[in-house]
Amino acid sequence: MISAPVLVGSAVLLGLGTFAFRAAGPLLHARVRVSPSVQSVMSMSATVLLVALAVTAAIFDGSSPAGWARAAGVAVAIVLAWRRAPFVLIVLLAAGTTALLRLLGVG
Amino acid sequence: MRARLRDLSARLGPGTLRDILLVNLAVGIVGISYGAITVGDGLPLWAPNLMSVVVLGGASQFLFTGIIAAGGSPVAAVLAGLLVNARHLPFGFALAETVRNRPLLGSYLMIDEVVAFALSERDLERRRRVFFTCGIGLWIFWNLGSLLGGLLGNAIDNTDDFGLDAAFPAVLIALVMPALRDRRTRVVAVVGALVAVGVTPFVPTGVAVLFALAALVLMPVLRGSAEPPAGPDPGAGGGGDR
Repeated sequence: MISAPVLVGSAVLLGLGTFAFRAAGPLLHARVRVSPSVQSVMSMSATVLLVALAVTAAIFDGSSPAGWARAAGVAVAIVLAWRRAPFVLIVLLAAGTTALLRLLGVG
Repeated sequence: MRARLRDLSARLGPGTLRDILLVNLAVGIVGISYGAITVGDGLPLWAPNLMSVVVLGGASQFLFTGIIAAGGSPVAAVLAGLLVNARHLPFGFALAETVRNRPLLGSYLMIDEVVAFALSERDLERRRRVFFTCGIGLWIFWNLGSLLGGLLGNAIDNTDDFGLDAAFPAVLIALVMPALRDRRTRVVAVVGALVAVGVTPFVPTGVAVLFALAALVLMPVLRGSAEPPAGPDPGAGGGGDR
């Protein structure tokens, strides 16, 4: 399907690009002074991205719906987290809810 | 080894170390399915681990494999993976101070779960310890998982049966929830998530979350809390000792 050198080359390219995204902030940080307001926007961006990542991953598989079982499990996690449940409980009950619903035949 | 673990446990708190181990374990199992799927799709046995070492980003690796396996061009696979990982740019800026002493290793380990774990800590020293503990742990588990999955093939053919696909969003939710107790952060994040959900069916995989950043325009409109969300967790509870 794909030759080994092309596969290695593509992996390295993706790895380098990914590293560049991740390292831009830390490497620039040492050189330029980032104002507190920019820093605050960046912190907010990180939180916004993580929430968007969680919510889209709860509802979609790629660009098609992932089904009710997964969404329900994540909904349980949201409620538990809001009520300050312990981390382990949140994660295990979310996975457990989804697994149970699938066992019962919910998509 | 045991002494080191005990030392870590003392410095992080047993609760935090346990939480990190749980996430590591979950990521390890997803790694097994990643290795199995990649090798099952016809890629060589070394491919999953090569990707896990040089890229270290689950979503982009799954997508890369999927495109190559479907006969797509390597160029398309690389570009799609890069789009998915573009969100790490703001992560790097948000965590620049956290990884200041080891910027290269810190950047390399900047995985979603690690970012969420680190941002859930307010104190800089704790944040650093949590970042590197979780990051190195995830590196080990993700790579071991990828290797094991490649070797085992389809022994665990469907991790969805265990609800593991719900565990990843649940981990992120649990970790960002303290930050969301701040009303302004909550409003911006929820609006952003709605935008992302709305555009998901229409844009390439992984790009939708970037649209969530449009909600940042609400920041000046909303009354901020007294302190900027430097460490998301302006409120009490939740953060350190879960």
